[in-house]
Amino acid sequence: MRQTPSQTVGPYFAYGLVPAQYGYELSSLWGSEIAEARTPGEPIMLMGRVFDGSGEAVFDALIEIQQADAQGRHLHSLEQSRLTGFRGFGRMGTGTRDDRCFVFRTIKPGASADGHAPHLDVILTLRGLLNHLYTRIYFEEDAAQQALDPVLAQVPQARRATLMARRDECGIHRFDIHLQGPAETVFFDV
Amino acid sequence: MSEHTPRLSPRDWASHPPSLSPGYASSVLRSPTQPLIPIATSLAELAQPVYGHEMIGALDHDLTRNAVRNGAPLGERIIVAGRVLDDSHRPVPHTLVEVWQANAAGRYIHRIDQHDAPLDPNFLGAGRTLTDAQGRYRLLTIKPGAYPWGNHPNAWRPQHIHFSLLGAHFGSRLVTQMYFPGDPLLALDPIYNSAPAEARARMVAQFSIDLTEEGFALGYVFDIVLRGAQATPMETSR
Repeated sequence: MRQTPSQTVGPYFAYGLVPAQYGYELSSLWGSEIAEARTPGEPIMLMGRVFDGSGEAVFDALIEIQQADAQGRHLHSLEQSRLTGFRGFGRMGTGTRDDRCFVFRTIKPGASADGHAPHLDVILTLRGLLNHLYTRIYFEEDAAQQALDPVLAQVPQARRATLMARRDECGIHRFDIHLQGPAETVFFDV
Repeated sequence: MSEHTPRLSPRDWASHPPSLSPGYASSVLRSPTQPLIPIATSLAELAQPVYGHEMIGALDHDLTRNAVRNGAPLGERIIVAGRVLDDSHRPVPHTLVEVWQANAAGRYIHRIDQHDAPLDPNFLGAGRTLTDAQGRYRLLTIKPGAYPWGNHPNAWRPQHIHFSLLGAHFGSRLVTQMYFPGDPLLALDPIYNSAPAEARARMVAQFSIDLTEEGFALGYVFDIVLRGAQATPMETSR
């Protein structure tokens, strides 16, 4: 069978995919809190924006993040999630704040058993994008582990910086996504 | 990668739109210009997020009832049902189907929609459900109206329902739109027509008299095909 074609998420996804985040009267299945304060691991806050080809921050993008826990393991059951407060997945739209930032509260993932440096897997959808995009967020401080990472190994050296979150003076991890331009983020054919 | 890790079928680019589709104006500044970098590892096969039936409300699948305040929503009640399958024709069981749409007047409840058509106090336009063990889903809703948009002069979107699916794997994610058969706006719509010509009809639901319920609602069948584990297991590279 042939795959159903992809289409854009359009400008009005918020009340369908992240309703509570935008104040609509429907619960959200996932929000921007991927881990709770009680979740074992190093709590981190991830902030960033999505820029279009004109350099304007996009106000109607949806960021989805999937990640491993502090031991580098993916969540296997809801029971495990209830025990630890770790959801392993989060969503945030860029239309909730005047500054068009996305903000996730989570824990820093551990390196995986098969040699991947700590990372967050990202799905990006937005109006104007006919196919969702996959990218990855690594952490600038993990250079030693990244030297052995099998995904980064496939990225030209000159573009690897687009996949690095940087910790600012306040301890917040910053990661911007650029859809076009000299700093265009690396996107993967997963 | 373990020897038992399934290999996901690739994204069939002959079935999907090119990212840059100039007739759809918003794609010009919002599509990447560099080629995607292929990843030859098991990233696509990563399991999808964990969720379960208890996260889905009893009326979440019924958009005609999940937001009522003082009566039923206006418009034509319809049933939308079908199966979620993978490209090896296997059903995708217990998988999340999320939908959102305009109301019968062609107005989205989203606060940035400024179209001069009425909101319906009894209609939100969002819903979700899980497929059953055979990959089947069923939604009740109101047929959405067409609405104007600013893409080009006198531009109107055909009637459609937005669908979001996670599927079984990280790589099986799909965001698409379901259209209605016979809609004259389909031929004029740059988003629908961004998909390759031979693939477009897969986004159009089929009217079904069998699904139609007497005295209640017309039925439309919409099957969705996602990337799935390849039918023939691949040798694990060492």
